[in-house]
Amino acid sequence: MPSIIKDRALADSEFTVVDTESASVADSHSLLPLSFYLEHREELKGRNDIGIWLEAGDEIEAIAEFANEIPVVALNFPAFADGRAYSSASILRKTMQYQGEIRAIGDVRRDQLSQMIHCGFNAFELADGQDTNKCLEALDAFSENYQATVANPEPLFRRR
Amino acid sequence: MYVYDKHDQKMVDERVSQYRDQTNRFLSGELSDEEFLHLRLRNGLYIQRLAPMMRIAVPYGMLSSVQLRKLAHITRQYDKGYAHFTTRQNVQLNWPKLEEVPDILAELASVQMHAIQTSGNCIRNTTSDQYSGVATDELEDSRPWAELIRQWSTFHPEFNWLPRKFKIAVTGAKEDRAAVQVHDIGIRMVERDGEVGFEILAGGGLGRTPVIAPVIREFLPKKHLLTYLEAILRVYNRYGRRDNKFKARIKILVRAMKPEVFAEKVEAEWELIKGGPETLTDVEIARAKSFFTEPAYETLPETDPGYEKALKEDFAFKTWIGRNVKAHQKPGYAIVNLAVKETSVAPGDVTDEQLETIADLADKYSFGEIRVTHEQNATLADVKLSELYTLWKELCEAELATPNLGLLTDIICCPGGDYCSLANAKSIPVAEAIQRRFDDLDYLHDLGDLDINISGCMNACGHHHVGNIGILGVDKKGEEWYQVSVGGSAYTNAAIAQILGPSFARSEIPSVVDKLVTLYVEQRHEGEQFVETFNRVGIAPFKERVYAAQ
Repeated sequence: MPSIIKDRALADSEFTVVDTESASVADSHSLLPLSFYLEHREELKGRNDIGIWLEAGDEIEAIAEFANEIPVVALNFPAFADGRAYSSASILRKTMQYQGEIRAIGDVRRDQLSQMIHCGFNAFELADGQDTNKCLEALDAFSENYQATVANPEPLFRRR
Repeated sequence: MYVYDKHDQKMVDERVSQYRDQTNRFLSGELSDEEFLHLRLRNGLYIQRLAPMMRIAVPYGMLSSVQLRKLAHITRQYDKGYAHFTTRQNVQLNWPKLEEVPDILAELASVQMHAIQTSGNCIRNTTSDQYSGVATDELEDSRPWAELIRQWSTFHPEFNWLPRKFKIAVTGAKEDRAAVQVHDIGIRMVERDGEVGFEILAGGGLGRTPVIAPVIREFLPKKHLLTYLEAILRVYNRYGRRDNKFKARIKILVRAMKPEVFAEKVEAEWELIKGGPETLTDVEIARAKSFFTEPAYETLPETDPGYEKALKEDFAFKTWIGRNVKAHQKPGYAIVNLAVKETSVAPGDVTDEQLETIADLADKYSFGEIRVTHEQNATLADVKLSELYTLWKELCEAELATPNLGLLTDIICCPGGDYCSLANAKSIPVAEAIQRRFDDLDYLHDLGDLDINISGCMNACGHHHVGNIGILGVDKKGEEWYQVSVGGSAYTNAAIAQILGPSFARSEIPSVVDKLVTLYVEQRHEGEQFVETFNRVGIAPFKERVYAAQ
């Protein structure tokens, strides 16, 4: 059971990331790779104990039709400098109006967290060696931002 | 100019704290070199050949005299007493100490300045026409729009980790002084059916693969500026290549998709967010514009008798006026360009004392404001004609009056191998050797407008692709060689220069330049500038002249 930051607090998650080789429809509380999930979509329909994880290059639109049935969508950061998942999260929250958990997985480090929050991530499975308490503090590195974000739906110019 | 409110100030202050913490973590070994690299780059700090190099943001080139004095103080206190004006209107320090950078940032924050996103794979400083608000060929002042883009792009949470660096330029004038056609996004203000809006270009750039940007939208109403930019950035962030650094700029994506397809993709993305909360309100547009209103101009006649008299009597003054001074929107005022290109000084380098002199002159003659230009010079935008002669005398005293603006010796040049660890070759000594060879001012004035651009490597910080004569440092088996190209232009008829042929040793460069300009002098028609002659006769005669003698 991985220890994560969720909704600004430490939490133990029931959901665990599994890779394609070990993925099975019989599992409970797995985060399945997108391709595996799509392949077994018919069998998995309606299951609220199964989540999905997407690689940075996967199109988030692939889950548009059923996203809100899924309790957890995890987005992978293959490297912390790879910024594609920020767009995936923004689209998932803003365009698809997804209400469930969006979890950052992979190379997730302290100095990225405040940006992730604004893009709609609300859960973080930290990379090895990250100081969890410092990471909690870093969620609010900035008290203000200019843009319309998931955390602040009105841009600063509409609030000034 | 724009003045911070409590929100802007708070963000900059919080950034100083955040960066101080990141520096401390790096110094204590908590952050690896690789992780800190990405974090410090987002604050303009490169680790260079001899010392770190720090780039300070000057939004669209505008500085107040207070800010300039602070820069002078910083160069004295934390550096070696000089700074460097860059080709993107920013300022660089060549010798800061890594552990003192947080203190430098705190000093900058005290005068509403910062180094946010001056490097790294994120949206960089937005540049604009250096004559915005005073240019005679202007449709509208571009600075309010550049400021709105600055705010929108600062710490944009979605676009801080792009495939590669991303540069936006805006112009509101007819003549393109902001090089919008060689930017990742170029924005031109245009009028359609009586309404002013934006023409949007995307995918231009220099570097390894120079490309003139195609237009992807002919007209965008003003209020949609930010949502449309968001759509472009989202498409680029998702689909730009990340597997190869040299193919990661948006120009490669636009070209691979084809501009029409890229434009369709952007339009589709835009449809989803168009009219959303980032749509600019009339109130916000008015607020942005309120910072760029006219200064307290006096009502003056078209000309001034004292000025006319000096023009007649002092030939050196007349030469300087003809070259460095430009027409202004207001009667009785002029735009004055200070030349920071004295021979034997690296192009764009200014000493702490010069910075303070410029600040004093700005207070005395030009409402306390200064602009940094793409050509690495400084501009006083609002000088009364009646005061030009006394200003000129003071500039001569400060060695800021070389009447070479736009001439062959007004060389645009990157820091090159003397400072930069990316460079293949030195660039500053090449500039100096050319300036020494062409020391006859009459001849230079006869040659007229002629841009020489020098880059020490493929990254093209000296914009060599768009120089009338471009010089690129290349590495040949560990030795420094120089490839020469001809016929580029950064202005309205932007063009990428053509490579002349095999490269040259450094010592040969002044004579190569000499041969190129001699051929131009022989071949030119009445009134033709270098690049116009080149466009008419083509590259062949230039090639022949340079290589035949070898």
